[in-house]
Amino acid sequence: MKNYLLSPKFMRSALPGVSLAILLMAIFYTQPRAMSYFGLNLMLQYTVPIALATIAQMFILTVNDLDLSIGPFVGLTACIGATLLQTDPVFGVMALLACIAAYAGLGALIHWRNLPSIVVTLGMSFVWLGIAVLILPTPGGTAPAWIKAIMGFKVTFQLFGYNVVPPFPVFAAAIIAIVVHLGLMRSSYGVVLRGAGGNPRAISRAGWSMLKIKMTMFALAGLFGVLAGLSLIGLTSAADAHIADRYTLYSIAGVILGGGEFVGGRVSPAGAVIGAMTLTLAGSFLIFLRISPDWQVGAQGGILILVLALRALINWREAR
Amino acid sequence: MSSPSGNIVSLSGVAKSYGAVRALVGVDLLVDAGECLGLVGHNGAGKSTLMNVLAGTLVPDRGSIVVSGGDRTANYKVSLAHDLGIRCVFQELSLCPNLTVAENARIFHPNLKGWGWRGRAGRMIIGKLDEIFPNHGIADDDVVGDLSIGKRQMVEIARAFTVTDEPLHLVILDEPTSSLDAVTAQQLLTFMRKVVGEGRSCILISHLLGEILGYSDRIVVMRDGAVVAEKPAGAFDRNSLVAAMGDVADEDKIEAHERIEKARGETPVVVRACPQTAGNGRELIAHKGEIVGLAGLAGHGQTRMLLQIYDAVGKRTASTDVAGPVSLVAGDRQTDGIFHLWSIGQNVTVRSLRSMVRGLLIDPAREKAQAEEWKDRIKIKTPDMANNILSLSGGNQQKALFARALGSDAEIVLMDDPMRGVDIGTKLEVYDLIRQEAEEGRTFLWYTTEMDELHNCDHVYVFRNGRIVAELSRSELTEEKVLQSSFEESAAS
Repeated sequence: MKNYLLSPKFMRSALPGVSLAILLMAIFYTQPRAMSYFGLNLMLQYTVPIALATIAQMFILTVNDLDLSIGPFVGLTACIGATLLQTDPVFGVMALLACIAAYAGLGALIHWRNLPSIVVTLGMSFVWLGIAVLILPTPGGTAPAWIKAIMGFKVTFQLFGYNVVPPFPVFAAAIIAIVVHLGLMRSSYGVVLRGAGGNPRAISRAGWSMLKIKMTMFALAGLFGVLAGLSLIGLTSAADAHIADRYTLYSIAGVILGGGEFVGGRVSPAGAVIGAMTLTLAGSFLIFLRISPDWQVGAQGGILILVLALRALINWREAR
Repeated sequence: MSSPSGNIVSLSGVAKSYGAVRALVGVDLLVDAGECLGLVGHNGAGKSTLMNVLAGTLVPDRGSIVVSGGDRTANYKVSLAHDLGIRCVFQELSLCPNLTVAENARIFHPNLKGWGWRGRAGRMIIGKLDEIFPNHGIADDDVVGDLSIGKRQMVEIARAFTVTDEPLHLVILDEPTSSLDAVTAQQLLTFMRKVVGEGRSCILISHLLGEILGYSDRIVVMRDGAVVAEKPAGAFDRNSLVAAMGDVADEDKIEAHERIEKARGETPVVVRACPQTAGNGRELIAHKGEIVGLAGLAGHGQTRMLLQIYDAVGKRTASTDVAGPVSLVAGDRQTDGIFHLWSIGQNVTVRSLRSMVRGLLIDPAREKAQAEEWKDRIKIKTPDMANNILSLSGGNQQKALFARALGSDAEIVLMDDPMRGVDIGTKLEVYDLIRQEAEEGRTFLWYTTEMDELHNCDHVYVFRNGRIVAELSRSELTEEKVLQSSFEESAAS
């Protein structure tokens, strides 16, 4: 048992959770009042959209691609959600489905023409942003009431006779992690999808269609991007074309923090969600430390480097 | 399923060209039910291309494919080949390193799904591994990337023999024993005969002529993309087989070549290394101009020893002393050896770029000159060294890696079982080159799993469980002694 706990394999998978726990403890130490239902809810409220965007990015990274357009894409779906979906639900839903289809099309294009995904998605990020500005030139719009209701949902259940009220973001993040874990890590087709990142040639030699796999992964990324956009306006109740620009880098950092790798199909949905949580909490922590917002991005980068250095250390120990 | 004639597969007139290179020029091939067909030929003779056509991963330019009596030429592809019971173990491994052993089995079987698939896949693959390689030491939840190359090959082979509900008629084994040690290779070949005895067929491709002669029923020899000879295995012997492949040199030359045995220790010591996991105090010593062999079963610390020496260059460590620049010829060339996106020339010259710098830039003329020099010296089979490295056959890629090491300034060359899947003609050329270089003062440390290659060495260290357990000079070296030291422990327990 002790050997297992000290094995690099276990330490690597435990690292995302441990970093989150350390960060939480640091927050509670500097600001004990954060240790409440209200405090956690407030600190973690943006976890849900960021976690969804991180999962979207993770699907792309699984097949050795990178999506530099997820931020503007989430912004676009937020704009659609706050305008078309509110005024004309049928048209709004169709527009969101078209967004997902466009993502699947990108996957097909990247596979078919053997294009670098970085270039394609970088180009597309301007397209998404342009469409978003066309739909909603100035910040505004209204989020549909049902989305706000979902995001404001209060979960309660009975445990050993006590009423347990977990903060909604934590509850939602757990649901996201479990659903994606079952789909990608445990299901039989999920194995094929991950295998496509590990050794695409072996997958096509076993008779699977790489085109179909790429389209599936990009469509899933599109779906989670849409969900991220909708959950975001559920919190802000209005939208802006630039509302999620920072999500591109957040999502990449979240996947990597959570133990994922850029190539080779090594990803972890639970880790990615924890990574997204760590990033959001890092923001709050820096505010509690009264670090000026100018320095915050840099300080978040510092936290990222620290965690990655620990991982490198574990890998180095394993290699010895 | 099988047709009355008993043919499982009949290929006729299959041709395939890559640009100007004609890989196959119209090949006919018949495989009967319950037969093991041996397929031999030089590197680049077209064996792998032909097998890719048969496995459905390559579409031929011309020719027809008849499987179990039905013409399947139109839209023949991998999934159809699989449904018709044709499986292939490819020369470069086709496992996903990020997945577990059980998950890799699932990749292979589209209908392995639904509730509990993971358990079923695990039991199936481990059951087959137990059957072929008893005491394999592989678990169904091991991640493939963490396994040694030999174990990965075992998984891949076992996977090809697993059956869910589609038939299994023909398994193609392309260099299956290249990463296996003598014992597991024997287990595999014995299992293959058993499968053939049950009425299934195998195609065995190997550069180890003993395997081909001893285990196949019929032998097909390929040269330059065509079948040049086809006879029952009994009608061939080693020499006639080598002759049919077009080798002028026969294999006895290895034995015949007697080096003047130098008294060990006349030249200075250039490498002194003690295995880090050791405990018996034995260390490896190489003198200048020596060819030192690292023997033993696959994966018993030989590669780790080479890497330890490689890492120790320019540092002073307690366990390792290395005098002089070192270069390494990788054995797992897909992962550790070649740069996939670079040309052949760039792959050859990368180790020597420092000597080609003029001002701040690399001198392209000198780079090209070195590439051309080695194209001729080591006979790399390509029209142009500027072509991508992947346009070469496996053996020629390996030659390029040798050229990289030998063309550099390295005084010590480490070789990590580099002759895997290389044909006998190429081997003989490279052996000559190594001896020549050794006489000029280079030192070679050579890990090999093949007995024939150890006969080229001046001094041999046998490894077991990460330790040096025996030390044999050239005159003492026999296969029995090496095997005996490799197994001592298991024999004692």
